[in-house]
Formats: sequence, C-alpha cells, structure tokens
Amino acid sequence: MNLNKQDIIKALQGLLPVESVLHESEDLRPYECDGLSAYRHVPMVVALPDKIEQVQQILKFCYQHEIPVVARGAGTGLSGGALPHEQGVLLSLAKFKHILEVDADARVARVQPGVRNLAISEAVSSLGLYYAPDPSSQIACTIGGNVAENSGGVHCLKYGLTVHNIQQLKIVTIEGELLTIGNSGLDSAGYDLLALMTGSEGMLGVIVEVTVKLLPKPERAQVILAAFDDVVKAGVAVGDIISAGIIPAGLEMMDKLAIKAAEDFVHAGYPVDAEAILLCELDGTNAEVSEHVLQVRQILTNSGAIEVRTAKDEQERMTFWKGRKAAFPAVGRISPDYYCMDGTIPRKRLPEVLQKMADLSKEYDLPVANVFHAGDGNLHPLILYDANKPGELERTEEFGGKILELCVEVGGTITGEHGVGMEKINQMCVQFDSQELTQFHAVKHAFDGKGLLNPGKAVPTLHRCAEFGAMHVHHGELAFPDLERF
Amino acid sequence: MKEHDNTQQLQQQVEQAIASKTPLNICGGNSKSFYGRPASGEELEVSTHSGVVNYEPTELVITARAGTPLAEIEQVLANDNQMLGFEPPRFGESATIGGTIACNLSGPRRAFSGSARDFVLGSTILNGKAEVLHFGGEVMKNVAGYDVSRLMCGAMGTLGVLLEVSIKVLPRPETELTLVHELGVNESLHKVHQLARQSLPISATCFDDNNLYIRLSGTDGAVKAARKLVGGEELQGNEQYWQQLKEQQLSYFDNVASIWRLSLVSNAPVLDLKGKTLYEWNGAQRWYVGADKEDSIREQVAQLGGHAVCFRHCDVHQQVFHPLDSGLLKLHRQLKQAFDPNSIFNQGRMYPEI
Repeated sequence: MNLNKQDIIKALQGLLPVESVLHESEDLRPYECDGLSAYRHVPMVVALPDKIEQVQQILKFCYQHEIPVVARGAGTGLSGGALPHEQGVLLSLAKFKHILEVDADARVARVQPGVRNLAISEAVSSLGLYYAPDPSSQIACTIGGNVAENSGGVHCLKYGLTVHNIQQLKIVTIEGELLTIGNSGLDSAGYDLLALMTGSEGMLGVIVEVTVKLLPKPERAQVILAAFDDVVKAGVAVGDIISAGIIPAGLEMMDKLAIKAAEDFVHAGYPVDAEAILLCELDGTNAEVSEHVLQVRQILTNSGAIEVRTAKDEQERMTFWKGRKAAFPAVGRISPDYYCMDGTIPRKRLPEVLQKMADLSKEYDLPVANVFHAGDGNLHPLILYDANKPGELERTEEFGGKILELCVEVGGTITGEHGVGMEKINQMCVQFDSQELTQFHAVKHAFDGKGLLNPGKAVPTLHRCAEFGAMHVHHGELAFPDLERF
Repeated sequence: MKEHDNTQQLQQQVEQAIASKTPLNICGGNSKSFYGRPASGEELEVSTHSGVVNYEPTELVITARAGTPLAEIEQVLANDNQMLGFEPPRFGESATIGGTIACNLSGPRRAFSGSARDFVLGSTILNGKAEVLHFGGEVMKNVAGYDVSRLMCGAMGTLGVLLEVSIKVLPRPETELTLVHELGVNESLHKVHQLARQSLPISATCFDDNNLYIRLSGTDGAVKAARKLVGGEELQGNEQYWQQLKEQQLSYFDNVASIWRLSLVSNAPVLDLKGKTLYEWNGAQRWYVGADKEDSIREQVAQLGGHAVCFRHCDVHQQVFHPLDSGLLKLHRQLKQAFDPNSIFNQGRMYPEI
C-alpha cells in the first residue's frame, strides 16, 4: 500500500457521492465490530456504494494500490467475519436493498445482497412462497451475508443450508471484474463455483446479486413438545424419529438451564423440572402431517418422554417456538454476558460430549446452557460469564476453544453455521492439517492473488497455527513438522 | 463385495506420475466414458479402492470409498429403508459412487430434493501434489473452510482423485405412484408450474411425446390426497418407467444422433429447435435430438441464461460442455493450478484448457 488515508478518502470520494464515504471517527465507530462484539477494529474508511459499477471501481482501486477490503452486510455475523481491517476499506453493501425480480413459476427471486433474509419471504408470501433458510437473525441479517457464511437456521435438516437454496450469484472479483456464477437453470457449466463461493466468508469475491430459490409454503405445520428426565434419552429419541423415516422440519433440544431461562423470560409453558425438552416441528401436506404427528408422539413416548404435548392451535405452536427463539436473550438475562459456541457433532456422540462439557464447566467454573439443533447435530453451548471480572473473558474463550476441539475429536466440526471469521481461526488448526490449510490458501490465491479480501480471516496461516500450538496429531504424526516451534 | 483400502498405492501412483510427468486418466467403473471429452493419459484404476466405510442410518449419512459400486451402496441403504436422494443414473452396472459424484449426475428426483452435489457432506481427495486431504465431514452443517467437497462434484476428476465421499441419505417414501395426462407441451409446462407452487409430494415430472408423467412420493395419506388434486390416469409399471428414463433406456434415447442436455430456467419457453425434446425437472432439464447444430442450440440456451451439454454421440472435435466466458475460464485455470499444479489429472476431459 503506497497511499495514505487522505489519498484513499479522496480517491473514494471521486468514485462515490461524498456522503457515501465515511471517514470521521464518530461515523466509523458503528462499524467497528459485527455480532461478535468482543473483537473491535475501527476501519480506516467505510464505502457505501449503491451500484455494481461503483463496487467494481472501488475494488479496482484497492487492487491497484493493495488496500485490504472487508465486505459487510448487516453486520449480524457471530464470528467476526466482518471485523474491519484498520488499514483497509470497509465495503458496506447495505445500500443494495432491492428485490429485483420475482418469478413465481420458476420459484426464484433475484435480489440485491443487502436485502434482509426475512424481507424475501415477506415479499413473496402473497404468492404462497417463502425462502427456506431462516437463521435466527433473519429479521436483520442480509442475503449477501447469508451467502458469505452459508447460513443455516432451525430448518436445515429438511430444507438445507444457504448453499442448497441459491441458484446464481453475481460477484465482483478483487480485480473489479463482474462474474456470473451459476445459471438460470439448476446447474451450470464448469466447476461448481456457486458452492465454493457460498460460505467463503468474503475471502474470494464480493457478492453483488443473489438469485434465491423459493419453496411453496407447507400446507400445515405442527409442533410437538416432549419433556425428558435425561438428556441422553432425548438424544436417542431424535435418532428414533429419523429411523422411522420421518424428516422433521425442525428438531430442537434445550437443556435444563436453557429451559429455565427461557421459561422465566417468555412463559412458554415449558416443563421446568425436565432435564431436556425436544421441540419437533412437522410440516408438509395436511394428510402427511396428521400421519407423522401420530407416529412421532408414539416414538417419543416409547423413548421415555415424561410428557408429550402437541400444540393445539397455531397460537400454541408459536408459543412453543417463542421459548426456543428467545433462548439466547433469555440466557442473557441470567448472566451479564454469554458466549455462544457453534460446533457440530455426530448426534450419537451427544452423551459423551455433554458429559465432557459438564466436566469442563466445573474445571473453568463457568456455567453452560445448551441449545441444540438436534436434528442436524449443531450444538450451541452458551457459556455464561461476566466480562467485568478480570480474566473471565479469556477463561471463557479458552473454555469455548476446548468445546470446539472436543467437537472435532468426536468427528464433528468447529462451526456448523456461524463461520470461522476471526473467532475460530485458531481452532481451524485443530480441524485441518498443514496440507489442507495450504490447499485452502491455494484456493484463495486463485481468486485473490494479493490476499486483499478479508485478510487474516477464515483460514489461518501455518505460522499462526504453530504459534497457537494446536498439536494436531494425525495418525501419530505432529502437524507442521517443518515449522520451528516457539 | 470387495472391501479394500487402496489409498497408499494410489498415492504412490500419483507421486510417480508427477515425477515422470505422466498424465493420468482416473477410471472407476468405466460406465461414463461416453460422457465428456475423450480421456487420455495412463489409467489410474480407482475401482479397487472400495467399500462402505461408515453408515449411520439414524444420522442419515453414508461414507464410502470412491470405487464402491453404486449398486452396492443403494442395496446397503435399501436394507435400512433409505436411499440416495438424488436418484443417480448408473449408465452401467459397474458405476461407482466416485464416478457419479465426479460427474455430478442426478436423476428424476433432482428438481424436488436436490442434486448429487447437494447431498455431498465431505470428501477425501488426492490432490495433484499426491497429498491426501479431508474436507467437510459426516455432519449436515459444517462451514469450516472452503467447500472443496462440493467443488469436486462435476469437476470430472480434473482437480483431484476422489478417495472417499460422505453423502447425506434420505428415507424411502412409504408410497409412490405416477399419474399420466395426455397434454401438449405448453399445457404440460403450465401444469407442472401451477403444481410446483403448491405444497404437494411431487418427486418427478417428465413430458415426452404428448404425455405428462407426474410422480408422487410420500406417506399413504399424502399421496392419496395429492392424487385427487393432480388428477390423471395411474401409470402401471411406475418404478420401471422412471428407471428407464433415468438410465436413458426409453425409446426416446434410442438414437445414434447427438443427444443434447439443455439446462434452463424451468419456465423457459419451448425452444425453436427442429427435432424431439423431452422435458424433465419441471422443464429445467431438457433432452434434445434433432437437426439443429451446436451453434444454434448453444445460442438459444445461452440467451435464456442456461447451458447445453452434448451428452452422447458427440463429434469428438466439438465442445462437449458449454464454453465458459473469459473471466470464468481464467478462474477455472487458476483453480486447476491450485489443485493440480502439474496438470496430471484428466487433462482436457472437461475443457481443453483444464
């Protein structure tokens, strides 16, 4: 980089209206973090383009002068993926908020990246359609960010993640070239760059348009609540439902601490004495749901549920869900701070993972509430802590790291839906060995040879892994044998 | 059933190929050698690297070595009343799971439950540096690192050798039946799009020669209810029909002329092509046999934002896959370089440049 801050501001002001370039300290402050507020950096400058050509020009300029660029949607991400670069441009896509086209017959919508997730479903609701992925932040998060993170939600087991629900992207490369990835049909010529871009955390290109797939709204949705006196029994019940050939639309588990917090907060009528509850949502045609409700009730009873309730009407269904959806803020009420983890495990390993987490909770002297997308194995342990107590955040982060390492150990992953970002960059060294990380860097290099897009995120350098000291012992061999130890 | 871990030997063969600068032609069951551009190079035999490594019906996941016969995997799943949700064609009994994923081939169910790539959860590959690498895993949700596993789908082996794949599986539907309507092409396209906007257990559609076939799959009650709504005559030999369609054994495919696969937005109009077109996936996959030449086909399809593949009986000198524009081609070259820096694997099998 050979330009100073003033040069960069001036150049950007030449590409954008003056009010679309933020550089005063008070204007930059709101952009200093995303949903993971533990990490903060004030960007050098914020650019707010509203045309694709402007994005192209900004990126061309940054490429030419080797200025780092961090793209940002609504900034609701939970892993620090949109954490600004102090010496870089924060490229906000917030002004790209138009739904460009809806084709009800083809069941697709072409939207700009700054359109909110929920706004898509709202816009097509009158056509009897909706957009399936529903991350819990869907009221605020944008579709561009969803693509960058491959966002999930509570309906993934049946309806998939973002990668399964998009059809085409327009991206701008770091060199400023506009590319169409994917196709108007269900597949495209060449490599599956659509899959590669999805979940790439802003490292490969800037998303400027998304074509999403829409689904017909199910004729009926019904939810069953089951209480258990043992979390292991609840875990077994999940497997029993799936073995019976039923794929629930949502299958959520909460443990005692989460149940109590949620009940105190929203009074959903949860059984507070239970060790675990399962919420099982079934959707589809009326006939199918009727048949599955009967079956699932029987399975839950056979699996040892101490209570099984079917929501008697839509209002009660919403109440059952309200407790689950409010679980995070509910936990926020009982603790000054909480830290949300996002590992995924093979479900059959749940008992031992819960036991080890309980042991770690004692060791670190920090309580954990568990909220679990049980159907797809995505675990969200919430570590309760107080950031005002010296050292407690550090202890929490260390505890969280241990949980993620545990997830990898049992055959799972460090992140199911929140992304690596800045937060889990060290744990990437546990999940992947040096050759795999090198392959990731080679992919990055194919798109962004100068390493300017979201530098330092998502994939750690080998040196960082060596410093972190994650001794990834694979088949008895130490990772990074060629690196000096510090 | 053969069960054999051949990783080490395959790795050594790739090492030797790199050292001697010998291009390799990755070969599984050899059932899809007709597909794509002609293969060249020394054969790298993967079919001996076979066996189901892990199958967890309650977790909806199966992991198998790439050389495992597709038939074996489907049998293992059927024993637990499960199936591959993308209903892959085999195009021969020797078909392997690795070849199926490398070609990203999906059958009639694709438009309703997803493609081969949609069901891939993880993979182990040998890259062009002879390194054994693992990506993804056996869990449904996994966003750590770039999605290399899905990038391998449809890459025709040009980025690496698939050693192992983990795939999400689905329960088999309780009941299936097919309804037939005698309709013209435009009426058929209109009807499937009307139905697609409703919550119905449709799992396949096909329009062929003035008949529209609609398959329903689900619980007994759901199929019964939908049957009334969809209407039409029930087809006898339901399973056989879709099997023959999937394997291209219907009389439509009984042809020695080029068979083109057109991938388009489902409600694209009927194209101006002289010959016969068969419509699947609500119109998103169309097969064409006729007098129109490559240029005319590609131009019409491209105008509608789609792409065309010469699927069978192609002139060896023509492009099989749809040409890429310069920006995309550059990225393809760079990705090829990233995975296979010595251009060892399946050079030219997909495009001459990669």
